[in-house]
Amino acid sequence: MRLPLLALLARGPAHGYELRQDLEQLLGSAYPQPNIGQIYVTLGRLEKTGLIEGEEVEQSSRPNKKIYHLTDAGREALHAWYEETADEPRVRDEFFMKLALAPQTGLADQIALINKQRRQYLNTMRNLSKLAAAENRDNRVAHLLIEGAMLHLQADLDWLERCQEELEEPE
Amino acid sequence: MSDSPTPLLRAEGLVKTHYGEGAPAHAVRGVDLCVTGGEFVAVTGPSGAGKSTLLHLLGGLQRPDGGSIWLDGECTDSYTEARWAVERRRRIGIVFQFFNLVSNLSVADNVELPALLAGAPPKRARAEREALLEELGLAGKERSMPGELSGGEQQRVALARALVNHPPLLLADEPAGSLDSRGTREVMRLLSRFHQRGQTIVLVTHDARLASAADRVISFFDGRIADDAELTGTPSRRVGTSGVLELKD
Repeated sequence: MRLPLLALLARGPAHGYELRQDLEQLLGSAYPQPNIGQIYVTLGRLEKTGLIEGEEVEQSSRPNKKIYHLTDAGREALHAWYEETADEPRVRDEFFMKLALAPQTGLADQIALINKQRRQYLNTMRNLSKLAAAENRDNRVAHLLIEGAMLHLQADLDWLERCQEELEEPE
Repeated sequence: MSDSPTPLLRAEGLVKTHYGEGAPAHAVRGVDLCVTGGEFVAVTGPSGAGKSTLLHLLGGLQRPDGGSIWLDGECTDSYTEARWAVERRRRIGIVFQFFNLVSNLSVADNVELPALLAGAPPKRARAEREALLEELGLAGKERSMPGELSGGEQQRVALARALVNHPPLLLADEPAGSLDSRGTREVMRLLSRFHQRGQTIVLVTHDARLASAADRVISFFDGRIADDAELTGTPSRRVGTSGVLELKD
């Protein structure tokens, strides 16, 4: 979460609560809802490493709030972040190992494992569909995020299908 | 006798083998299936698994080599082609991957035709058509020819045509198979909407996104049902609002 927070601060100074709202607005209901405490902890770490600086602002009827801004080092870190490509997600290795080792253990049937896993993915897919249906139509970023999750899941389901085709006992 | 209501659709021991060049293809190899009124069932599986053949058998578009189908408790073994054609107007609506609209008829005529063939007075056919096109966001397209519409729009016309006689059962064969992702979402939304109003649907698709709109998913492999699962939509551990995106540290 460090770099997304830095990226939000590239636009201008903000305090922790504002950053959380920005994230919520950007990502909609697909937002993973880190609590405000998590955000403050991350901001503290960013300040300690010199990537941002905080400034206490007095408020008349409330406790002081701290407004953060990006430092030069922070801007540089952000540049570096945009320079790199992101790692691709990996295969769901836990299920894969279960499946690969099942015949040796004699504890589980591979086809039954695949069917069980498929049910879980389909239920997850259903939840994502519901999430997309409930999301504000105009929030394109949120919709793209959910669609990305659905396409990944689709690929996982396609792969389960391949496993089933390969492992099904021929007559 | 059991107390459960008569299923809208029941199949027992369905078998269908295609004989073409080369080895015979066992498309459907002993399928039992029961669909009750109000259900939304998706049949998924790899291409070539026989799921489209299964749907064609259920709609009487092909005849099984073995097994029987009951519509609303009535055995269809003795049905002629003509009788099946009548049932496809009255009791079964079908949408296909490639829409199968009549290309030299207007949108309005495509939708009204099955109503008129089923004996509806022209006035009622028109009223039904108007209501459906409105509902499907196609008001103003009545005079268009199918070729002038986008794929998504053509599929909506096909959906209107399939539903114009209020058939209790809607069969859909890869209805989003030739649509882009926007068209796919649209079809998904519409099927869900009709289902919520009580429409019974059997949907064949290789697209899990589409299948997840159903409340029961049948996995079809190699001509057989490999799994038949109710989707509860109960969130698993990490899924739901908080599991879509993972922000690290």
